[in-house]
Amino acid sequence: MADKTNLARQFIKAIPHAKELGMILEEIGDGTAVISMPYDAKLIGDPQSGVIAGGAVSALMDTCCGAAVMCHPDAPGGTATIDLRIDYMRVATPGQTITTRATCHHITRSVAFVRAVAMDEDTDRPVATASGAFTVEAGF
Amino acid sequence: MSRSRPEPIQVVKQRRDAALNALVDSIPYIRFLDVTFDRRGDELTAQLNFADKHIGNPLLPAIHGGVTAAFLEITAVVSLNWAHLWERIESGALDPEEMAKGNLPRQPKTIDFTVDYLRSGLPRDAYARATISRAGRRYASVHVEAWQDHKSKLFAQGSGHFLMPQAADKPS
Repeated sequence: MADKTNLARQFIKAIPHAKELGMILEEIGDGTAVISMPYDAKLIGDPQSGVIAGGAVSALMDTCCGAAVMCHPDAPGGTATIDLRIDYMRVATPGQTITTRATCHHITRSVAFVRAVAMDEDTDRPVATASGAFTVEAGF
Repeated sequence: MSRSRPEPIQVVKQRRDAALNALVDSIPYIRFLDVTFDRRGDELTAQLNFADKHIGNPLLPAIHGGVTAAFLEITAVVSLNWAHLWERIESGALDPEEMAKGNLPRQPKTIDFTVDYLRSGLPRDAYARATISRAGRRYASVHVEAWQDHKSKLFAQGSGHFLMPQAADKPS
Protein backbone atom coordinates (compact mmCIF):
# COMPACT_ATOMS: atom_id res chain seq x y z
CA MET A 1 0.00 0.00 0.00
CA ALA A 2 2.87 2.37 0.82
CA ASP A 3 4.09 2.22 -2.79
CA LYS A 4 0.65 3.08 -4.11
CA THR A 5 0.26 5.94 -1.64
CA ASN A 6 3.57 7.34 -2.79
CA LEU A 7 2.57 6.87 -6.39
CA ALA A 8 -0.71 8.72 -5.82
CA ARG A 9 1.15 11.57 -4.09
CA GLN A 10 3.59 11.82 -6.97
CA PHE A 11 0.77 11.68 -9.47
CA ILE A 12 -1.14 14.54 -7.89
CA LYS A 13 2.04 16.62 -7.72
CA ALA A 14 2.49 15.93 -11.43
CA ILE A 15 -0.98 17.26 -12.35
CA PRO A 16 -0.41 20.79 -13.64
CA HIS A 17 -3.97 21.92 -12.91
CA ALA A 18 -3.94 20.55 -9.34
CA LYS A 19 -0.70 22.43 -8.73
CA GLU A 20 -2.15 25.58 -10.29
CA LEU A 21 -5.10 25.47 -7.87
CA GLY A 22 -2.76 24.95 -4.90
CA MET A 23 -4.20 21.52 -4.00
CA ILE A 24 -2.55 19.68 -1.10
CA LEU A 25 -2.91 15.93 -0.59
CA GLU A 26 -3.69 15.56 3.11
CA GLU A 27 -4.49 11.86 3.45
CA ILE A 28 -4.62 8.89 1.13
CA GLY A 29 -5.10 5.14 1.34
CA ASP A 30 -7.47 2.21 0.78
CA GLY A 31 -9.86 4.01 -1.50
CA THR A 32 -10.07 7.26 0.48
CA ALA A 33 -8.40 10.56 -0.31
CA VAL A 34 -8.44 13.95 1.40
CA ILE A 35 -7.31 17.00 -0.58
CA SER A 36 -7.41 20.64 0.49
CA MET A 37 -7.41 23.83 -1.56
CA PRO A 38 -6.52 27.14 0.15
CA TYR A 39 -8.62 30.22 -0.58
CA ASP A 40 -7.23 32.26 -3.46
CA ALA A 41 -8.61 35.48 -4.97
CA LYS A 42 -8.08 34.17 -8.50
CA LEU A 43 -10.69 31.46 -7.86
CA ILE A 44 -13.50 33.89 -7.00
CA GLY A 45 -16.74 33.27 -8.88
CA ASP A 46 -18.88 35.96 -7.26
CA PRO A 47 -16.97 39.26 -7.10
CA GLN A 48 -19.57 40.88 -4.82
CA SER A 49 -19.20 38.33 -2.04
CA GLY A 50 -15.72 36.92 -2.74
CA VAL A 51 -17.12 33.37 -2.85
CA ILE A 52 -15.06 30.71 -4.69
CA ALA A 53 -16.42 29.63 -8.11
CA GLY A 54 -18.37 26.37 -8.25
CA GLY A 55 -16.03 25.28 -11.03
CA ALA A 56 -13.00 25.43 -8.73
CA VAL A 57 -14.84 23.22 -6.23
CA SER A 58 -15.66 20.85 -9.12
CA ALA A 59 -11.96 20.62 -10.04
CA LEU A 60 -11.08 19.84 -6.42
CA MET A 61 -13.85 17.19 -6.20
CA ASP A 62 -12.80 15.58 -9.49
CA THR A 63 -9.14 15.37 -8.46
CA CYS A 64 -10.00 13.97 -5.04
CA CYS A 65 -12.38 11.34 -6.47
CA GLY A 66 -9.73 10.26 -9.00
CA ALA A 67 -7.15 9.94 -6.21
CA ALA A 68 -9.57 7.82 -4.16
CA VAL A 69 -10.01 5.43 -7.11
CA MET A 70 -6.27 5.14 -7.74
CA CYS A 71 -5.47 4.25 -4.15
CA HIS A 72 -8.20 1.58 -3.91
CA PRO A 73 -6.57 -1.83 -3.27
CA ASP A 74 -8.40 -3.33 -6.27
CA ALA A 75 -7.47 -0.56 -8.73
CA PRO A 76 -4.68 -1.70 -11.05
CA GLY A 77 -3.70 1.75 -12.33
CA GLY A 78 -5.01 5.06 -13.53
CA THR A 79 -8.54 6.36 -13.92
CA ALA A 80 -10.63 8.87 -15.85
CA THR A 81 -13.96 10.47 -14.98
CA ILE A 82 -17.04 9.01 -16.70
CA ASP A 83 -19.51 11.26 -14.93
CA LEU A 84 -19.56 13.49 -11.90
CA ARG A 85 -22.52 15.16 -10.23
CA ILE A 86 -22.03 17.91 -7.71
CA ASP A 87 -24.66 19.31 -5.34
CA TYR A 88 -23.87 22.76 -4.02
CA MET A 89 -25.41 22.98 -0.56
CA ARG A 90 -24.15 26.38 0.48
CA VAL A 91 -21.50 28.92 -0.47
CA ALA A 92 -18.04 28.36 0.99
CA THR A 93 -17.07 31.08 3.46
CA PRO A 94 -14.65 33.50 1.73
CA GLY A 95 -11.10 33.25 3.07
CA GLN A 96 -11.40 29.65 4.24
CA THR A 97 -9.62 26.55 2.90
CA ILE A 98 -11.89 23.99 1.23
CA THR A 99 -11.19 20.35 2.10
CA THR A 100 -12.62 17.40 0.20
CA ARG A 101 -12.83 13.79 1.35
CA ALA A 102 -13.59 11.20 -1.36
CA THR A 103 -14.34 7.51 -0.90
CA CYS A 104 -14.31 4.88 -3.61
CA HIS A 105 -17.12 2.76 -2.14
CA HIS A 106 -17.38 0.17 -4.89
CA ILE A 107 -15.14 -1.00 -7.69
CA THR A 108 -15.55 -3.55 -10.50
CA ARG A 109 -13.07 -4.54 -13.22
CA SER A 110 -14.33 -1.63 -15.33
CA VAL A 111 -15.96 0.98 -13.13
CA ALA A 112 -15.25 2.67 -9.81
CA PHE A 113 -18.03 4.42 -7.86
CA VAL A 114 -17.06 7.38 -5.73
CA ARG A 115 -18.69 9.75 -3.25
CA ALA A 116 -17.16 12.94 -1.93
CA VAL A 117 -17.93 15.77 0.43
CA ALA A 118 -16.39 19.26 0.53
CA MET A 119 -16.18 21.37 3.66
CA ASP A 120 -14.72 24.68 4.76
CA GLU A 121 -13.68 25.34 8.39
CA ASP A 122 -17.25 24.67 9.58
CA THR A 123 -17.09 20.90 9.21
CA ASP A 124 -20.66 20.39 10.46
CA ARG A 125 -22.20 21.92 7.36
CA PRO A 126 -20.89 20.53 4.06
CA VAL A 127 -20.34 23.02 1.23
CA ALA A 128 -20.93 20.44 -1.51
CA THR A 129 -21.25 16.73 -2.13
CA ALA A 130 -20.37 14.76 -5.23
CA SER A 131 -20.99 11.34 -6.65
CA GLY A 132 -19.41 9.94 -9.75
CA ALA A 133 -18.36 6.97 -11.85
CA PHE A 134 -14.76 6.53 -12.97
CA THR A 135 -13.00 4.19 -15.39
CA VAL A 136 -10.66 1.49 -14.11
CA GLU A 137 -7.53 1.44 -16.29
CA ALA A 138 -4.96 -1.34 -16.45
CA GLY A 139 -1.98 1.00 -16.32
CA PHE A 140 -1.12 4.65 -15.95
CA MET B 1 -48.50 54.66 -38.13
CA SER B 2 -44.78 55.25 -38.31
CA ARG B 3 -42.14 53.01 -36.87
CA SER B 4 -39.24 54.56 -35.01
CA ARG B 5 -35.94 54.35 -36.84
CA PRO B 6 -33.85 51.33 -35.82
CA GLU B 7 -30.76 52.14 -33.77
CA PRO B 8 -27.47 52.36 -35.70
CA ILE B 9 -25.59 49.04 -35.71
CA GLN B 10 -22.60 50.48 -33.79
CA VAL B 11 -24.84 51.57 -30.93
CA VAL B 12 -26.48 48.16 -30.67
CA LYS B 13 -23.19 46.23 -30.85
CA GLN B 14 -21.40 48.55 -28.44
CA ARG B 15 -24.16 48.23 -25.84
CA ARG B 16 -24.36 44.43 -26.05
CA ASP B 17 -20.60 43.86 -26.10
CA ALA B 18 -20.00 46.28 -23.23
CA ALA B 19 -22.66 44.56 -21.11
CA LEU B 20 -21.28 41.08 -21.89
CA ASN B 21 -17.69 42.19 -21.18
CA ALA B 22 -18.78 43.69 -17.86
CA LEU B 23 -20.44 40.42 -16.83
CA VAL B 24 -17.49 38.23 -17.87
CA ASP B 25 -14.62 40.48 -16.77
CA SER B 26 -16.02 40.84 -13.27
CA ILE B 27 -15.40 37.16 -12.47
CA PRO B 28 -11.76 36.39 -11.53
CA TYR B 29 -12.17 32.63 -12.06
CA ILE B 30 -13.24 33.12 -15.70
CA ARG B 31 -10.09 35.16 -16.30
CA PHE B 32 -7.98 32.57 -14.47
CA LEU B 33 -9.25 29.75 -16.71
CA ASP B 34 -9.09 32.09 -19.74
CA VAL B 35 -12.63 31.51 -20.96
CA THR B 36 -13.86 34.06 -23.50
CA PHE B 37 -17.26 34.53 -25.14
CA ASP B 38 -18.25 35.04 -28.77
CA ARG B 39 -21.60 36.75 -29.33
CA ARG B 40 -23.92 36.56 -32.34
CA GLY B 41 -27.02 38.55 -31.44
CA ASP B 42 -28.03 37.00 -28.14
CA GLU B 43 -26.33 33.66 -28.84
CA LEU B 44 -23.14 32.99 -26.89
CA THR B 45 -20.33 30.53 -27.60
CA ALA B 46 -17.77 30.07 -24.86
CA GLN B 47 -14.16 29.35 -25.70
CA LEU B 48 -11.64 27.73 -23.37
CA ASN B 49 -8.29 29.09 -24.56
CA PHE B 50 -5.91 26.22 -23.99
CA ALA B 51 -2.96 26.66 -21.62
CA ASP B 52 -0.59 24.11 -20.05
CA LYS B 53 -2.12 24.82 -16.64
CA HIS B 54 -5.34 23.12 -17.85
CA ILE B 55 -3.62 19.73 -18.10
CA GLY B 56 -4.87 16.98 -15.81
CA ASN B 57 -3.05 13.96 -17.19
CA PRO B 58 0.44 14.96 -18.33
CA LEU B 59 1.10 11.53 -19.85
CA LEU B 60 -1.63 11.68 -22.49
CA PRO B 61 -1.78 14.77 -22.23
CA ALA B 62 -5.43 15.63 -21.55
CA ILE B 63 -7.39 18.55 -20.10
CA HIS B 64 -8.21 18.10 -16.39
CA GLY B 65 -11.75 16.83 -15.80
CA GLY B 66 -12.20 19.65 -13.33
CA VAL B 67 -11.32 22.23 -15.98
CA THR B 68 -13.90 20.66 -18.29
CA ALA B 69 -16.50 20.75 -15.51
CA ALA B 70 -15.66 24.35 -14.67
CA PHE B 71 -15.75 25.38 -18.33
CA LEU B 72 -19.24 23.86 -18.75
CA GLU B 73 -20.50 25.43 -15.56
CA ILE B 74 -19.14 28.86 -16.46
CA THR B 75 -20.82 28.56 -19.87
CA ALA B 76 -24.10 27.61 -18.20
CA VAL B 77 -24.07 30.40 -15.59
CA VAL B 78 -22.97 33.16 -17.96
CA SER B 79 -25.42 32.10 -20.69
CA LEU B 80 -28.27 31.88 -18.19
CA ASN B 81 -27.39 35.24 -16.63
CA TRP B 82 -27.07 36.79 -20.10
CA ALA B 83 -30.49 35.53 -21.17
CA HIS B 84 -31.96 36.66 -17.86
CA LEU B 85 -30.57 40.20 -18.21
CA TRP B 86 -31.03 40.57 -21.98
CA GLU B 87 -34.32 42.50 -21.84
CA ARG B 88 -32.98 44.94 -19.26
CA ILE B 89 -29.78 45.49 -21.25
CA GLU B 90 -31.76 46.13 -24.45
CA SER B 91 -34.24 48.47 -22.79
CA GLY B 92 -31.46 50.49 -21.16
CA ALA B 93 -32.62 49.60 -17.64
CA LEU B 94 -29.12 48.21 -17.11
CA ASP B 95 -26.31 50.58 -18.05
CA PRO B 96 -23.18 48.78 -19.34
CA GLU B 97 -20.99 51.57 -17.96
CA GLU B 98 -22.39 51.09 -14.48
CA MET B 99 -22.03 47.31 -14.90
CA ALA B 100 -18.35 47.74 -15.81
CA LYS B 101 -17.87 49.65 -12.53
CA GLY B 102 -19.02 46.54 -10.68
CA ASN B 103 -22.68 47.48 -10.16
CA LEU B 104 -23.89 44.09 -11.32
CA PRO B 105 -27.12 42.25 -10.63
CA ARG B 106 -26.76 39.03 -8.60
CA GLN B 107 -25.83 35.92 -10.60
CA PRO B 108 -27.87 32.71 -10.67
CA LYS B 109 -26.59 30.21 -8.08
CA THR B 110 -25.72 26.64 -9.03
CA ILE B 111 -27.86 24.09 -7.21
CA ASP B 112 -26.36 21.03 -8.87
CA PHE B 113 -24.33 20.26 -11.95
CA THR B 114 -23.64 16.95 -13.70
CA VAL B 115 -20.91 16.40 -16.26
CA ASP B 116 -20.65 13.52 -18.77
CA TYR B 117 -17.12 13.01 -19.97
CA LEU B 118 -17.51 11.64 -23.49
CA ARG B 119 -13.93 11.83 -24.78
CA SER B 120 -10.67 12.97 -23.30
CA GLY B 121 -10.10 16.71 -23.72
CA LEU B 122 -7.25 17.27 -26.16
CA PRO B 123 -4.59 19.91 -25.42
CA ARG B 124 -6.20 22.57 -27.60
CA ASP B 125 -9.05 25.12 -27.46
CA ALA B 126 -12.56 23.94 -26.61
CA TYR B 127 -15.95 25.49 -27.32
CA ALA B 128 -19.30 25.26 -25.56
CA ARG B 129 -22.86 26.43 -25.94
CA ALA B 130 -25.67 26.33 -23.42
CA THR B 131 -29.36 25.68 -24.01
CA ILE B 132 -31.74 26.99 -21.41
CA SER B 133 -34.29 24.20 -21.15
CA ARG B 134 -36.43 26.08 -18.68
CA ALA B 135 -36.10 29.53 -17.21
CA GLY B 136 -38.53 29.84 -14.34
CA ARG B 137 -38.87 32.69 -11.86
CA ARG B 138 -37.02 30.73 -9.16
CA TYR B 139 -35.38 27.77 -10.87
CA ALA B 140 -33.74 27.21 -14.24
CA SER B 141 -32.51 24.08 -16.04
CA VAL B 142 -29.58 24.44 -18.41
CA HIS B 143 -27.89 21.95 -20.74
CA VAL B 144 -24.37 22.56 -22.09
CA GLU B 145 -22.47 20.88 -24.91
CA ALA B 146 -18.72 21.19 -25.47
CA TRP B 147 -16.59 20.21 -28.45
CA GLN B 148 -13.11 20.72 -29.83
CA ASP B 149 -12.46 19.83 -33.47
CA HIS B 150 -15.90 18.66 -34.56
CA LYS B 151 -19.13 20.18 -33.37
CA SER B 152 -20.82 16.80 -33.90
CA LYS B 153 -18.30 14.99 -31.68
CA LEU B 154 -18.86 16.39 -28.22
CA PHE B 155 -16.08 15.76 -25.70
CA ALA B 156 -18.30 16.64 -22.75
CA GLN B 157 -21.85 17.63 -21.93
CA GLY B 158 -23.35 18.90 -18.74
CA SER B 159 -26.64 19.82 -17.21
CA GLY B 160 -27.52 21.68 -14.10
CA HIS B 161 -30.12 23.45 -12.04
CA PHE B 162 -29.84 27.04 -10.93
CA LEU B 163 -31.52 29.27 -8.39
CA MET B 164 -32.45 32.60 -9.99
CA PRO B 165 -31.72 35.85 -8.14
CA GLN B 166 -34.87 37.31 -6.58
CA ALA B 167 -35.85 40.96 -6.64
CA ALA B 168 -35.22 41.12 -2.89
CA ASP B 169 -31.60 39.94 -3.34
CA LYS B 170 -29.64 43.12 -2.92
CA PRO B 171 -26.04 43.24 -4.12
CA SER B 172 -23.82 42.95 -1.04
